[in-house]
Amino acid sequence: MSFDVQEYYSKLNGGDVILAFKGSITTDLINNVLEEVETKLENVDEESKIRKKVYNVLVESLQNLYHHVEELPDALKMKDKFESKFGILVIAKVQDTYKITTGNFVTSEKIKFLKDRIDKINSLSKDELKDMYKFILNHQKLSAKGGGGLGLVDIARKTGNKLEYTFQHYAEDYYFFNLDVFIT
Amino acid sequence: MEPISIEGTPKTPTVKFDSKTGIIEIKGRSIPENSIEFYKPLVDWLEEYAKNPLEKTTVNVQLEYFNTSSSKCILDVFKKLETIHKAKHDVIINWYYEEDDEDMLEAGEDYESIIRVPFKMIEIVE
Repeated sequence: MSFDVQEYYSKLNGGDVILAFKGSITTDLINNVLEEVETKLENVDEESKIRKKVYNVLVESLQNLYHHVEELPDALKMKDKFESKFGILVIAKVQDTYKITTGNFVTSEKIKFLKDRIDKINSLSKDELKDMYKFILNHQKLSAKGGGGLGLVDIARKTGNKLEYTFQHYAEDYYFFNLDVFIT
Repeated sequence: MEPISIEGTPKTPTVKFDSKTGIIEIKGRSIPENSIEFYKPLVDWLEEYAKNPLEKTTVNVQLEYFNTSSSKCILDVFKKLETIHKAKHDVIINWYYEEDDEDMLEAGEDYESIIRVPFKMIEIVE
């Protein structure tokens, strides 16, 4: 049975949700989300240190989505009514922990790269992450899209927590990549 | 050389580069999806400036947020400044961070360890 993205999303969108979105990941969407979350964080009177971390991690998460969402073939998009550049974003707060969930389609060939990358990041200590960040910063060129391969490393460094992920088979060669980031 | 003066936006910083005073300033937020577009003219300007710099160049970087796409471009800016410093001109980079913002201090220290230019970490106390 294929993974039901819509049902999955409705399960996420409950409890202490600050913001939930599913649909096209565009520049306008990113701008709106950032503005809305910033206002909400100011209103709940969150510690400025945490507020900044949440905002920083959110920026990277959204831009990762923006750069890496895989477009589904038309037939699949129509079948389940997915917008183009489809992705999901849910920001929730459970007790003192902020959780940022992002989800997007990827093809099977991306899975190994992503898994290796995240497992590697999760295996590193704080100092090792710092070294990895500095190495990539200094040695890797920006892609034409402006991505630098630093987003996940930066998220791991700023949160100090492990990245949690799943890949669920959706249809044909497409999988739904779900990433949970925790800010404590 | 014409100075650069760019007003900040919610996603891009305020920029002031002036070859007459030798003061280079980047302030605010730098979180565009693609930062190359924004930073290319700044790097080009510095390349030109590096041909005939002032005796002393003061760089003030005061960022509230910057994304990883910008972090590479900021490194490119600093590499141009390193060239000027290598050619025996004074360059100082003042890196400002808010008092509780350890991440921003650490980001400054990352650059300091890569770039051979004197850095000064300046805490902004409210």
